[in-house]
Amino acid sequence: MSEIWKTSRAWFERLGGLFHKAQREAELAAELESHLQLHVEDNLRAGMTREAARRDALAKLGGVEQTKERYRDRRGLPFLETALQDLRFSLRTLRKSPGFSFVAILVMALGIGATTALFTVVRSVLLKPLPFKDPERLIRLYEYSADDKFAYNVVSGGGFAEWRKESHSFSDLAILGEAQYGLSGVAGQLPERVMASNCSWNLFPMLGVEPALGRGFASADDQPSASATVILSWGLWKRRFGGDPAILNQTIHLDAKPYTVIGVMPSWFAYPEQSVQLWTPTYHEESPELMQAIDDHEFSVVGRLKPRVTEAQARTELSVIMRRLHDQHLDIPFVSKAANSRPLLEAMVGDARTALYVLLAATFCVLLIACSNVASLLVARGATRRRELAIRTALGGSRRRLLREHLTESFVLSLVGGAAGLLIAYGVIQWFVTTRQDMSRVEAIRLDGVAAAFGAGMILFCTFFAGATSSFSIKSHQILSSLQESSRTHSPGQSPVRLRKALLSLEVGLTVLLLISSGLLLKSYEQLRATHLGCITENVLTMHVDLPDAKYSQPTQRLAFFETLLDRLRTLPGIRAAGIATSVPGEGYGGDNGFTIAEHPPLPLDKTPYAIHRWADPGYFAALGIPFLRGQIFDKNQRLEKASEVIISESFARQYFGAEEPLGKHLLTLGRKPQKIVGVVGDTRHRVWERPQPIMYFPLYSGIRERTTLAIRSTSDVTSFALPVQRIVEQLDPELPVSDVLTMGQVIGQSTLDANFEATLLLAFAGLSLLLASVGLFGVLSYIVAQRTPEIGIRLALGAQRGALLRLTLLDGLKPAGVGLALGLAGAAAATRMISSLLYGVAPLDATVFVAVTTLLLAVAGIACLLPAWRASRVDPVIALRYE
Amino acid sequence: MGDKADVWQGTLALMILKTLETLGPLHGYGIARRIEQTSGDLLSLNYGTLYPALLKLEQEGSIESAWGVSDNNRKAKYYKLTSAGRRQLEREARDWRQAQAILAKFLSATEPST
Repeated sequence: MSEIWKTSRAWFERLGGLFHKAQREAELAAELESHLQLHVEDNLRAGMTREAARRDALAKLGGVEQTKERYRDRRGLPFLETALQDLRFSLRTLRKSPGFSFVAILVMALGIGATTALFTVVRSVLLKPLPFKDPERLIRLYEYSADDKFAYNVVSGGGFAEWRKESHSFSDLAILGEAQYGLSGVAGQLPERVMASNCSWNLFPMLGVEPALGRGFASADDQPSASATVILSWGLWKRRFGGDPAILNQTIHLDAKPYTVIGVMPSWFAYPEQSVQLWTPTYHEESPELMQAIDDHEFSVVGRLKPRVTEAQARTELSVIMRRLHDQHLDIPFVSKAANSRPLLEAMVGDARTALYVLLAATFCVLLIACSNVASLLVARGATRRRELAIRTALGGSRRRLLREHLTESFVLSLVGGAAGLLIAYGVIQWFVTTRQDMSRVEAIRLDGVAAAFGAGMILFCTFFAGATSSFSIKSHQILSSLQESSRTHSPGQSPVRLRKALLSLEVGLTVLLLISSGLLLKSYEQLRATHLGCITENVLTMHVDLPDAKYSQPTQRLAFFETLLDRLRTLPGIRAAGIATSVPGEGYGGDNGFTIAEHPPLPLDKTPYAIHRWADPGYFAALGIPFLRGQIFDKNQRLEKASEVIISESFARQYFGAEEPLGKHLLTLGRKPQKIVGVVGDTRHRVWERPQPIMYFPLYSGIRERTTLAIRSTSDVTSFALPVQRIVEQLDPELPVSDVLTMGQVIGQSTLDANFEATLLLAFAGLSLLLASVGLFGVLSYIVAQRTPEIGIRLALGAQRGALLRLTLLDGLKPAGVGLALGLAGAAAATRMISSLLYGVAPLDATVFVAVTTLLLAVAGIACLLPAWRASRVDPVIALRYE
Repeated sequence: MGDKADVWQGTLALMILKTLETLGPLHGYGIARRIEQTSGDLLSLNYGTLYPALLKLEQEGSIESAWGVSDNNRKAKYYKLTSAGRRQLEREARDWRQAQAILAKFLSATEPST
């Protein structure tokens, strides 16, 4: 113990020894002088002459300066002192060239900032475990679609019930459904549409999450006969109920029905999605028939694996159960034959994964380019100091010391850049979190200790990359030869130039890679935007109107509402058309139905086809400009139980009727009477990036109980109609919430948000790299020209043509750019395969993008080289020869 | 010079501490002379090596120093044992004797005694 104390005390003292040096030196000198005096006096007493006495005393001491040197080594911390010396030296040199320092630091800051920010996002979203109990045991379960084409279909209530009853692999299985409710306002609040989730009572205990206030669901709440209960999200509770704990056991109205609030979830909890604002119990909310149906796939299922059971074993077990269910019900067409699974984390972030990794790789490329640029600048600086370095080496300065100087310099740059970079990262993350609220797990993103450590790691990486690379040019034999090289007729050694050209090729290569990747993403985004949905998208406004069951229980009530609303809208001045359907194009899949064609010979049950379904009012097609190809719109009498007509889309007709005339044929859908096909309309896309699929349109005026979308089209700026339309709805029913008021452009924009986001970010990175690379190119070439000015002067004096010189210098700069371009093109050809899943309508080797990038790069490189080359050709031989 | 032993690292510190214990506060030159005399001029001590050793002991807190005036009126830096230094001296002296005893036994055992 005392040893440790002694040692640390000594270290502390030695640290103190770094300060007040002058005073300590004076004291040491005085002590040694007094030592010598005492010794000399003794010697004199022993009878020596004064001179001999002094000599003897010095000899016994072993030299004053040597003693002092040994003493100094012990007094302070020699390695720290040299480091501090290097640091001071670096700071001084950096201060002396503020332009260089500013650019280098800025470049480092951008590189480190972007990389740290993206790393934080990737780690938070993809790598951090879910904030649940033993999250690695949680898996999401799926059914295969009945035709085995889609491996991750949602699960039927009946299938889930069977799994729960028969399986032994899980300690618990929970079911969740999507829901939306109209939340009635209290005390003058506007009614509001909220996203919700209904879940079986055991979901929260299974995840290991407890409500922050109140209680979770009990099994008694999760039954059709139970009284209605609801648990609020923290956000909704704060926003809508003022964060008042008295809300517990109070009644709120969802879809005009009373629900008792029993709990509030913690603020961090966001499952299954960020947008979910309240939870209700599944078996209370959904009909017992739906929960027993084995062919109506509506639910998400999450399970917790028992200890020592693997995911594969569990999946096999569920598949066996599913297969048995299928075989027992061969009379029902849409029963799956197998189950599927994946870890819950993967299920939640699935789509974002590739995009995030691509962005992370891109930022790393930017960082490498930034480092290369700084290294290149350091090499240039080192080269201008060659004479100084040579002299120092000749005088015995070690190469190590020189290397250390380079490292210190790049360390100072990286450190300051990195500190600024962390600030940038903080800002970027704040921005990212607010921009990408739609991304799953976005709430988990924060800049924490690990991210800061990553940032520190990046600083070290940059230090070594830039510092070590730039010191490749220090070679002792060349340093010595550069002393002989002082003659002005020589061009300086080629080593630093070659190194800088290599760095430049690396930069250009990475830039090309980034440019091509972002070009591909941008092009695919443009393709997405340009995709024709199959309807008019200009000046169309859409909004959701959802009639609550409690108030509109009868089909007649719903019909009356729709008709009155449409009548009023169509008379509103400035509105060209209005229509209502269950979903408009681009809004999503919506749902489907199995069907058979009455006039066709019966198919085997497991070959029963299915198609997307929609309910639309007669004016809907005209309102959205969906072209009418054949037949007619729904008859006026197609109302309520009289509704018996159906309109099909073009691809429906092509796929199921071929050359046959579809008009007048009848579709048989489950539980409904035969529907006569009266018309064929043009295809529309339910998602921008999906091909048009067969769609059947049923009459809205049958009084269908579905969420509906209202679409209006105007001659001019359609957004100005948002308020008048909402006012009309309010006049019809003051409690009815209208939600998601969006133009058609915004509907498309939302579904292409990912593509837009990735393309824009990547383009920003690519632009930044292009800028860095061209600055690098310009810098290197200017440097070469400056170094070669005397040589150029001689050439001119000997009669060289200025044009030839221009060409020569230009080529000198373009050569590394060309090498980089070739490298980049080869790299891109390999790398773009990896982003092919992000591309839409663009091949990974799209020729236009490759050619465009090549042209752009050559043009930029040419411009960057032109100025130095021009300067080289303008050299005045007289001045050049006097140069030095 | 050839038959004089060099001072081993580590033992110098012990000698300094013992000197200061025996003679009380003393300056560097005095310590050097005392060590040389006590060893019966068998040791060749480079006086200069004494000062880093003194500094080390001071940094470790075993001794402390102050400027004073010598017998013949010369200004000199005087070193003094601290209580920590006294404890260190006791411990190291004990260790040293122990090591010496073990080594002595060991060396005598190698003699063919029986």
